[in-house]
Amino acid sequence: MPTITLRVNRKNHTVECANSSLLVDVLREQLRLTGTHVGCDTSQCGACTVHVDGHSVKSCTMLAVEAQDAEITTIEGLADGNTLHPMQAAFQECHGLQCGFCTSGMVMSTTELVSRNPDPSEPEIRHWLEGNLCRCTGYHNIVRAVQTCARGSRGGTP
Amino acid sequence: MSSAQGIGASIKRKEDRRFLLGKGQYTDDITLPDQSYAVLIRSPYAAALIKKIDAAAALAAPGVLAVLTGDDVAADGLGGIPCGWAVKNKDGSNMVEPPHPGLAHGKARHVGDPVAMVVASSKALAKAAAKLVDIDYDVLPGCGRLPEATAEGAPLVWDQAPGNVCFDWHIGDAALTDAAFAKAAHVVELDLVNNRVAPNAMEPRAANGHYAAANDHYTLYTTSQNPHLTRLLLAAFTLHVSEHKLRVIAPDVGGGFGSKIFHYAEELLVLWASRRVGRPVKWTADRSEAFISDAHGRDHISKAQLAMDKDGKFLGLRVHTLANMGAYLSTFAPAVPTYLYATLLSGPYDFPAIYAEVKAIFTNTVAVDAYRGAGRPEATYLLERLVEKAARETGIDRVELRRRNLIQPSQFPYQTQVALQYDIGDYQATLDLALAKIDYAGYAQRHAASAANGKLRGIGMSTYIEACGIAPSALVGALGARAGLYEAANVRIHPTGSVTVFTGTHSHGQGHETTFAQLIADRLGVSTDNVEIVHGDTDRIPFGMGTYGSRSASVGGSAIVKALDKIVDKGKKIAAHLLEASVADIEFRDGAYRVVGTDRQKAFGEVAFAAYVPHNYPIDTVEPGLEESAFYDPKNFTFPGGTHFVEVEIDPETGVVEVVDVAIADDVGVIINPMIVDGQAHGGLAQGIGQALYEEVQYDADGQLSNGSYMTYCMPRAADLPMFKVGNHVTACTHNPLGVKGVGEVGAIGVPPAVINAVLDALAPLGVKDISMPATPEKVWRAIAAAKQGKGA
Amino acid sequence: MKDFQFHRPTTVAEAVALMAGKDGAKFLSGGQSLLPVLKLDLAEPTDLISLTGIAELREIRVDGQALVIGALVTHDAVARSADVRKHIPGLAALAGGIGDPQVRNRGTLGGSVAHADPSADYPAAILALGATVHTNLRKIDAEEFFTGLFESALAPGELVTAVSFPIPKRAAYAKFAHRASKYALVGVMVALTSSGVRVAVTGAGAKVFRVSAMEDALTKGFVPEALSGITVSADDLNGDAEASAEFRAHLIGVMAKRAVAACQ
Repeated sequence: MPTITLRVNRKNHTVECANSSLLVDVLREQLRLTGTHVGCDTSQCGACTVHVDGHSVKSCTMLAVEAQDAEITTIEGLADGNTLHPMQAAFQECHGLQCGFCTSGMVMSTTELVSRNPDPSEPEIRHWLEGNLCRCTGYHNIVRAVQTCARGSRGGTP
Repeated sequence: MSSAQGIGASIKRKEDRRFLLGKGQYTDDITLPDQSYAVLIRSPYAAALIKKIDAAAALAAPGVLAVLTGDDVAADGLGGIPCGWAVKNKDGSNMVEPPHPGLAHGKARHVGDPVAMVVASSKALAKAAAKLVDIDYDVLPGCGRLPEATAEGAPLVWDQAPGNVCFDWHIGDAALTDAAFAKAAHVVELDLVNNRVAPNAMEPRAANGHYAAANDHYTLYTTSQNPHLTRLLLAAFTLHVSEHKLRVIAPDVGGGFGSKIFHYAEELLVLWASRRVGRPVKWTADRSEAFISDAHGRDHISKAQLAMDKDGKFLGLRVHTLANMGAYLSTFAPAVPTYLYATLLSGPYDFPAIYAEVKAIFTNTVAVDAYRGAGRPEATYLLERLVEKAARETGIDRVELRRRNLIQPSQFPYQTQVALQYDIGDYQATLDLALAKIDYAGYAQRHAASAANGKLRGIGMSTYIEACGIAPSALVGALGARAGLYEAANVRIHPTGSVTVFTGTHSHGQGHETTFAQLIADRLGVSTDNVEIVHGDTDRIPFGMGTYGSRSASVGGSAIVKALDKIVDKGKKIAAHLLEASVADIEFRDGAYRVVGTDRQKAFGEVAFAAYVPHNYPIDTVEPGLEESAFYDPKNFTFPGGTHFVEVEIDPETGVVEVVDVAIADDVGVIINPMIVDGQAHGGLAQGIGQALYEEVQYDADGQLSNGSYMTYCMPRAADLPMFKVGNHVTACTHNPLGVKGVGEVGAIGVPPAVINAVLDALAPLGVKDISMPATPEKVWRAIAAAKQGKGA
Repeated sequence: MKDFQFHRPTTVAEAVALMAGKDGAKFLSGGQSLLPVLKLDLAEPTDLISLTGIAELREIRVDGQALVIGALVTHDAVARSADVRKHIPGLAALAGGIGDPQVRNRGTLGGSVAHADPSADYPAAILALGATVHTNLRKIDAEEFFTGLFESALAPGELVTAVSFPIPKRAAYAKFAHRASKYALVGVMVALTSSGVRVAVTGAGAKVFRVSAMEDALTKGFVPEALSGITVSADDLNGDAEASAEFRAHLIGVMAKRAVAACQ
């Protein structure tokens, strides 16, 4: 089996995997980064969202071999040690998660939104979340979390 | 005592941190040493004889450890998956209860019926080998929907169920109801369909079974809402292994909504396969597999009639319902369209007479069982569509008609005509609060603004009731339940005063690790930081019945409180000794035992320490240690209720319905954590709106499923929903120690009829009188077109 | 998913050379169409030739009266490109409405065009704007490119390198999306170009198609009302549980009007 090197959460990992291995499977099964989840098999739910070179990507719809030269960040790599990333903190503050299964993908996706647009409107947030399904929250508190994080990152009171 | 962390405080959730850091441990995240993987081969046919299974090529494929079939299940003597509730027919005879083997034997009865299992050293190898298993089917005619299954000459799912009837049941007083209709000034009639939906918890089901030969012990990790029930059913019915040799762990579970209550075949199969191959065996559903193997919800066809006097006072209700059971009876399936549905048909209204008949029907589809609300949404949808129609037909304002018929606060406890006795409520108060939250008075202005934008605006409402915490055990036993419905708790105070609580409920999004810790903070004055809630492990928790039917706070929380009462009482005896006072003079308040009328006190932690280091201790009369267990069996259901309002805007050109406003007022009893309660309401609303506008499992007449993936089965996304306005008015439940009622299902129960009533309100000026769920763009467009044609426009 | 050989060339020439003689090989760009197909085992290529290392295919440039977009430019990059937003804002908007953000971050123009999905958005732009598809071998007119359901004029082994979009006077796209998949049930691109009005419909048929009756009407007056009374036959249109052929036919009229309105 071919050997590839992936740079995940600022560390290099060398793994053996088939060319057909999906990025999500290598992350979960080989690197044991099980915070990235699989909720569907048709690239719809977004639970597997990670960052590849800063862009949110569905890791179930990318080959691991394609990610070799990229800087990959998963939910495990977002916090600064024990300090939650502002988006993670906002999700806790606003009760933006219940069962937690879609949460990694939600957080990874919305951090990219706020990095692009520090002041997203409610419709912009909702539109951005086209690629992430949640069955618990009705999205209400997820939208609030993103607004709260964005406000904080603009220097306002989070 | 209440505190900054106690009952009523919106403290942040303790469980969030591990999820936000990606450190949750869901079943599929757990990989055991020497792990192997199972893939199930499922019938592609709705009905087919399994003539031959040739596994030779698969067995020879790399990494394959076993290929198991229904023959192997039978040869090894595994038991069939049992049904947990027996409903009687009108004549007192038993329902038809067909066998349900772990793997189909001889005949497959729905698309997705598991026919064989391949176990291999990796999932990829198991999948590859599964393609090599050659199964020879003889395809038979099937029936996928209620109308076809109940038609004359329909193919039989089970030979022992003529007409595909599982049971023919009734409740209420037919003669009294006939008399009520005979004197009615106005009768409203409505035919409706409650659409079949797929629960779709975001985490697909999974199970990882491990048999340890050395000590003859089985461990199962499973995506379950109630691991103890799963263990009980495995022990007594399917695997035939005693409980002391069987540990069931439901670790972090990514949502359930009912679908993970039940004992599924895969839980049995992975344990059995592990015993056979000598390695742990893990199975995880693909989403497309989930669509054909998870129990679905709803799927009723009903005829309803409402009798009223000339002033709009309800005189009687007559209901006839067909309920789809699927091909096999899932764990609670028979209870859903009977004791969780027809018993709720009085709603929040004062009905002098009700009669309901329910016929449960087998079809060649995956099982139908409890899904968020389970029966109560079906009852509410029927009643609130009917009441709205009554308002339209009589010309009585929709709010006024409801006001005239709501049960008055003075009428509690209120005995309905369909068995239930409501303990308390204030339906007028929630109605008034909801009217204020939606700004009902300002609606005309909003309607005009929408019209100016070319949109059809509509407003719809529902006033609803639900029943939570299904109980008491003696009653449900008489009604056919084969299990008790109490809850268990164990509270362990550690020597330095921190607390571990073991609860038989299971949290899969509800936030028990936080809310139950708040109970401890409230009662003992211990910080929630020093409380750990343990759930989901049969080896650690004495017993439990799990989480469903919004029972966790009312039943599980009450069990914890009962155990806490014992702790406090024992502590009094210890404190009396330490304070050299009589027990009668000790009170426990604000986290300390005090001698009444003095400033002498001992902190709770000091008493706990003394219990474990009993140097100065009433050792002759009190045992050392501070740990108590309790089982709580409720005296009654709890009865949340409220009013939901929805406003929609419809694009008349495309038929797209946009939900532009949702305002609700619920009475869910005493609220432990308002933040979490609001969150539960939000989620229920989204699923209710999903059922009303987006979701429908589509089987064709023969039983083929046409929309079994997220490419085709539509659930609401963020852009499909507005912010929700949620209000509460509290009347405390009268019969549990916390006064709580339950909130997990209210959104999914109250909102679907409010959405459809709003859609019909928007379309009424065009002449549209009916539309079914889900109100898709094409359906709305067709309804508008048909109405225009009908008017000759 | 069946395993395959994986290649990652850095030039077009290398990519094409790798493809030579490999009947079972496929090009892979963003993978947002191909990988879902492979995951369902609906195709089992022997080799995947990844194009993502080919820098020359990532360019967007203005070439006289046309906007030339490299095959590997992602939907997100098209949506956010200053050049695209300036010269063909309707195209930027179309790209910004494909799938979802994650799909737009990976999915590419070339991949979408080569896949020829009848419900994809780009084919409407290609046909309505009269674009030219550039390959390693030739330039193919929009009219000739899409030939059927998931079928195009591409020869085996032929590689899309860019698409050249003539800059229209005005153009806009209106989509009615499938509520679950977000693919177009009906997507209509309307363009007022120097050579006339063009109306292209995706999602409704086996392949993207033009509606000449609408084009004629809009030539007389480029306003939404010009389309009143024009109906599209439901014959030969797609029908499924989400939208029947009749509903799609109706939506073509509605979306065409909205696209024209968005052009104003």
